[in-house]
Amino acid sequence: MARYLLKKILVSLVTLWLVASATFLLMHMVPGGPFLAEKSPSEATLKALNEKYGLDQPLSIQYKNYFAKLLKGDMGPSIKQRGREVDDIIKTGFKVSARVGGLSILLAVILGVPLGSFAALNRGKWPDSLILLISTTGIAVPSFVVSTVLMMIFSVKLDLLPTYGLTTWKHYIMPVMSLAFYPTAYISRLTRSSMLEVLGQDYIRTAKAKGLPMYKVLFKHALRNAILPVVTYLGPLLAYTLTGSFVVERIFTVPGLGNFFISSILNRDYTMIMGTTIFLATLIIIMNLVVDIVYKLVDPRISYN
Amino acid sequence: MKKRLAIILALLMVVAIALSACGKDDKDDKTPLSAETLNVCVGPDPDTIDPALNSSVDGATMIIHAFEGLMTLDKDGVPIYGQAESHSVSEDGKVYTFTLRDGLKWSDGEALTASDFVYSWNRAIADETAADYEYMFEVVDGYDSEDKVLNVKALDDKTLEVNLISAVPYFLELCAFPTFSPVREDLIEANGDKWATQVETYIGNGAYKMTEWVQGSHILYTKNENYWDYDSLGMKNLKFVLMDDDSAILNAFTQDEILFADSMPNDEIDAWRDKNEFNLQDQLGTYYISFNVEKEHLDNPKVRQALTLAIDRDFIVTEIGKAGQEAAAAYVATGLTDADSTKEFREVGGNYFDPSKEAYEANLQKAKELLVEAGYPDGEGLPTFEYLYNTDTGHQQIGEALQDMWKKIGVNIELVSQEWGTFLNTRKNGEYEIARNGWLGDYNDPISFLDMWITGGGNNDAQWSNAEYDELITKIKASEDTEERYKMMHEAEDLIFEEWMLSPIYYYVDIFLISDNLDGVWSSPLGYKYFMYASVK
Repeated sequence: MARYLLKKILVSLVTLWLVASATFLLMHMVPGGPFLAEKSPSEATLKALNEKYGLDQPLSIQYKNYFAKLLKGDMGPSIKQRGREVDDIIKTGFKVSARVGGLSILLAVILGVPLGSFAALNRGKWPDSLILLISTTGIAVPSFVVSTVLMMIFSVKLDLLPTYGLTTWKHYIMPVMSLAFYPTAYISRLTRSSMLEVLGQDYIRTAKAKGLPMYKVLFKHALRNAILPVVTYLGPLLAYTLTGSFVVERIFTVPGLGNFFISSILNRDYTMIMGTTIFLATLIIIMNLVVDIVYKLVDPRISYN
Repeated sequence: MKKRLAIILALLMVVAIALSACGKDDKDDKTPLSAETLNVCVGPDPDTIDPALNSSVDGATMIIHAFEGLMTLDKDGVPIYGQAESHSVSEDGKVYTFTLRDGLKWSDGEALTASDFVYSWNRAIADETAADYEYMFEVVDGYDSEDKVLNVKALDDKTLEVNLISAVPYFLELCAFPTFSPVREDLIEANGDKWATQVETYIGNGAYKMTEWVQGSHILYTKNENYWDYDSLGMKNLKFVLMDDDSAILNAFTQDEILFADSMPNDEIDAWRDKNEFNLQDQLGTYYISFNVEKEHLDNPKVRQALTLAIDRDFIVTEIGKAGQEAAAAYVATGLTDADSTKEFREVGGNYFDPSKEAYEANLQKAKELLVEAGYPDGEGLPTFEYLYNTDTGHQQIGEALQDMWKKIGVNIELVSQEWGTFLNTRKNGEYEIARNGWLGDYNDPISFLDMWITGGGNNDAQWSNAEYDELITKIKASEDTEERYKMMHEAEDLIFEEWMLSPIYYYVDIFLISDNLDGVWSSPLGYKYFMYASVK
């Protein structure tokens, strides 16, 4: 196990370096720069700005400088948001996004797994069809529609929930629901299909034949095996959801990280692009690693040697 | 056992992350019509609220509440005394001497002196500051000097002497511009760019002081007890809610969670136009089309004139713009005054063609004739031009309208949209044929529209070059005679339309919503909003 992990971590580091290098090269290939605007700054200002951020150097030198600093844990200052450090921005934004995203995944698992199991148990009957309908809708409807509809109902029409910000528990309701919509639907479908597969297995029949009560068959034998695909799905889902959703954050004015991903690219804020990409890549790699380990714990048949 | 543990662990992981930062939820969830705090939205997070570095309108609104220059603007956009108590101008109009008010203080209680202005202005033009608006100081003597030190002197703690290169009629107005605000030398030297991001170091001399900035959420200001006019100020707190999505902003406004909104979704304008909350104000800006005059066929002024005349501007402003924009038939926008300050520059200069609905048929006819004269009857011999715009529904609709209108004179265009950053780059480098463009003036003087078209100018996207024009601009900048100056500026604009190097579409307007419960808010011609004397009913 230790050897496996070590190998995995080494591969991850190489992956990370590749991702970072590719991003670095690509973002410099995109036309435009961080200082362009409808009204462009004077030549002198432009020159001073480029010097200030080392953008006047050849690309190879910039690359070397960036990675030398990165290895020391310094992501540098944001080029666009004057006076702010990239790691500070990521830290503050991530705290918020992780809170909203974490709650929404929690909600998705709490709702999705039971719904899926219930549908599987009632296969072909009306509860199954109903859940199928709901989950298909959940997968098909994009989050900006969900967000807007929620906003229309709960804020504008009923005047129950605040429209922006994140100061009290009430503020969390709509963003969390919007974010949870898709994963809930997906998890319930995933659970349903893998549950169906498991329920058809011999050992379930045996358990039933032994006269075990249904709840025991379900929870002790079926669900534990059926949940494996959900665990797999949770890894990347966590990484993506915790780093925030651009759309949902914009609509509900949630000060999370999602917005920075998009705006850094639109603004050609080079250090922010690098910072957010490396952060997301690291998170995805870690989550996948965690999933691998959880896998092994859940299913002893999986061997890493 | 182990397996169950694993599943529980996996779930716990989710729960732990979810709850890790939870738990500090207090405060009331809605703070709309609070007696103490005014919630407004002028835009999302500003890139910077450093008075020297900012170049955005929303940033400027935040800055003018935390800082004050020698002058400030009143409800009518006229400069009135801010930090200065009085001033005198030398006979030749080149030397301004300002006397500061008694007992001026920074928001942390330190004394503010004339030398703070000397430092701040020099800092704004320094290379290492790299400020977008450093060129605003080009009228001050010393700007072009070798060592780049402005000829501005603190004669004593209360007296500031400013030497200009010529009599600049709009200098007092410049003194009200955010870039001319004083800033704190000790804090900036110690903290660098960071000073303008944190409450402890963001010390100003304005009506309010910053007490909190939560990125992506809000910036909170509180009345500055050290401000000279503290007693007249309005609301105790001012909260700039940092929102980006127009629909979300409108929702918050309709729910009274914010009492002021600086933008709204374009397709909601029709529904709001007649409501009391809806405000419309001229902006010093023009939406226009750039012709790249270096491209084949477009280097012919007759072709450019024909394209300009074949546009139905009335259709564009009523069906696409919808916000009450005024169809433009000149470049310098409405709202700028002329030599005689009771008249507008536009009134005196007039239109270069008739942009009205009624004149469209005649214009179209004229356009067709021009094409014949140019040797392209019915557009024969002209290639399909590329029309470049940045990805945006409004710009696209205008592009489609142009496509349709120009077809009437036999000219075909292909619409090409690019993402903002790429678009700016393409246009700046002149790698386009026809492109959408827009310009907002920096101050109430037409030169802020005209000097960009000098040969090789950084914003001369048209790649236009006209020796006569260049010479005229140099003369205007050196001129000390107001009458003469404005006359030359009209001549300069005439030159633009002698060659039809651009095609004006409409003059920008600024749309904002003010709640019926909110009083005492005004907007400057540059679009800055003044909330310091506001009251909530």
